[in-house]
Amino acid sequence: MSSLFRKPWFPVTFGGMCFVAVGVIVEVLLRLGILNRYILPFPSEVLAAMVRVIEEEDILGRMAVSGMEMVVSGFAVVLVGVPLGTLLYRVRVLRLAVEDWIAALAAAPIVLAFPLFLVIFGRGMGTVIALAFCFGLAPVVLKTTEGLVGTRQVLINVGKSLNMTSPQMFWEILFPSALPSIFTGIRLSWTFCLIAVIGVEFLVNIGGLGQLINDLAERYDMPATYAAITFVILVSVLFFILLERLEKWLQPAR
Amino acid sequence: MSGEKQAALVVENVSKRFGDAEESVLACDRVSFEVKPGEFVAVIGPSGCGKSTLFNIIGGLLGDYEGAVRVGDVRIDGPHPSIGMVFQEESTFPWRNVIDNVAFPLELRGVDKLQREEKARHFIDLVGLDGFEKRYPSQLSGGMKQRVSIARTLISQPEILLMDEPFASLDEQTRLLLGDKITQIQQQLKQTTLLITHNLTEAVQLADRIVVMTYRPGCIKRIVNIDLPRPRTSDVVGSDAFGHYVAEIWNDLREEASRGMQDSEAIARADRRRV
Repeated sequence: MSSLFRKPWFPVTFGGMCFVAVGVIVEVLLRLGILNRYILPFPSEVLAAMVRVIEEEDILGRMAVSGMEMVVSGFAVVLVGVPLGTLLYRVRVLRLAVEDWIAALAAAPIVLAFPLFLVIFGRGMGTVIALAFCFGLAPVVLKTTEGLVGTRQVLINVGKSLNMTSPQMFWEILFPSALPSIFTGIRLSWTFCLIAVIGVEFLVNIGGLGQLINDLAERYDMPATYAAITFVILVSVLFFILLERLEKWLQPAR
Repeated sequence: MSGEKQAALVVENVSKRFGDAEESVLACDRVSFEVKPGEFVAVIGPSGCGKSTLFNIIGGLLGDYEGAVRVGDVRIDGPHPSIGMVFQEESTFPWRNVIDNVAFPLELRGVDKLQREEKARHFIDLVGLDGFEKRYPSQLSGGMKQRVSIARTLISQPEILLMDEPFASLDEQTRLLLGDKITQIQQQLKQTTLLITHNLTEAVQLADRIVVMTYRPGCIKRIVNIDLPRPRTSDVVGSDAFGHYVAEIWNDLREEASRGMQDSEAIARADRRRV
């Protein structure tokens, strides 16, 4: 049995089986009347609605729109957040001055500021991307700084003893040492970005999957609404697989 | 004297004070000794005697000291290419495998991959880690990681190998075996070595001379010549002469270690009173 647990395909299969098991349990509870079928649709109906959503609602096009917004905001967060985190590490006074504010930014419900963003960026992709960027920026900044500050002194001393230049010290020691923490930040940031993308699309009724969920909910098509939510989860899974691959490539020692 | 070799490393009246005008601690006080080419010298002293301060000064990590540390005619004011450092804490790069860790100093110098890997393999072999080239530090034991650090330092072929309690975090058996390895490498490469340690048996097992330091402010109490035969292995720990040297140096150290302990207790009591 324990050898079965060690098979590489086991965790994925087990995860899938758990997902199916939850579906079956919910289905049974709904059919027995323990759960309210007007709030929660039958999982079998959600499954059937997925085909309908693919055929009638241009789901691939919508996934592409939301995915595109997610990619742009997600990579912008990394491109801006990592250098900003590095700057906070380098300039201690700046770090002490703004670190708490950035942490507060992470906790703020920036999505609710969508009217302001609509005024600035118009009713389109720009607003979604800008809001997702602002919402997702803080974790990657904070985690980059944390990772760099947490570099073990002995590794820095090794670098000094080898007469390394400042750029060498950064790229060969500080940055690789901070990478695990930076990736934790990216994972959090991307989660925030996805929430913002879907949330703003839902609220403003523009773009991809968020708008679709809004449309379907307003039509009170519950199975299709849940099917669309499942596609959001799918987009999320795809992004985290991408991140995992990237992390494995950059950190083979993991 | 004309017949004597010129010292590879000269430590001359080195003093270091920490703190400011109001409150300061004298860590080292006029410490002087020399290390000749190919010689293995150990500096031993109780905790708080300024051993690590001395290590950092000689390694060029700590500036602004009085006196002089010289390699040839050059006064040490920063890291010097002739000095290779091995640190007390585990210092391998966890994101690099063994061969990349060892080859790192050559990579910095721009040596091409094939050449640096060939050289790295030689030093990996020297520290007895052949077969582990592609492993990452997380897959190695504490002793193996420390051997990777030693190989990484040796690959630069430093004139002087400077080690700060490299076996401090290892168990006694691993420590003895690694001591063997170090002795073997030192004899093979005729490597000038300065070992900073608080471990008596380790110092006697490895060194040709032992510099015994006093408790704070750390100054030299005595320099003991260790006249044990070379080539030396850990078998030497069972000999009468080894026991004699350990006892002799412990006699010197006991008083200093007691002072250190009393000092620590007094500080702890004062802290408790403050709380």
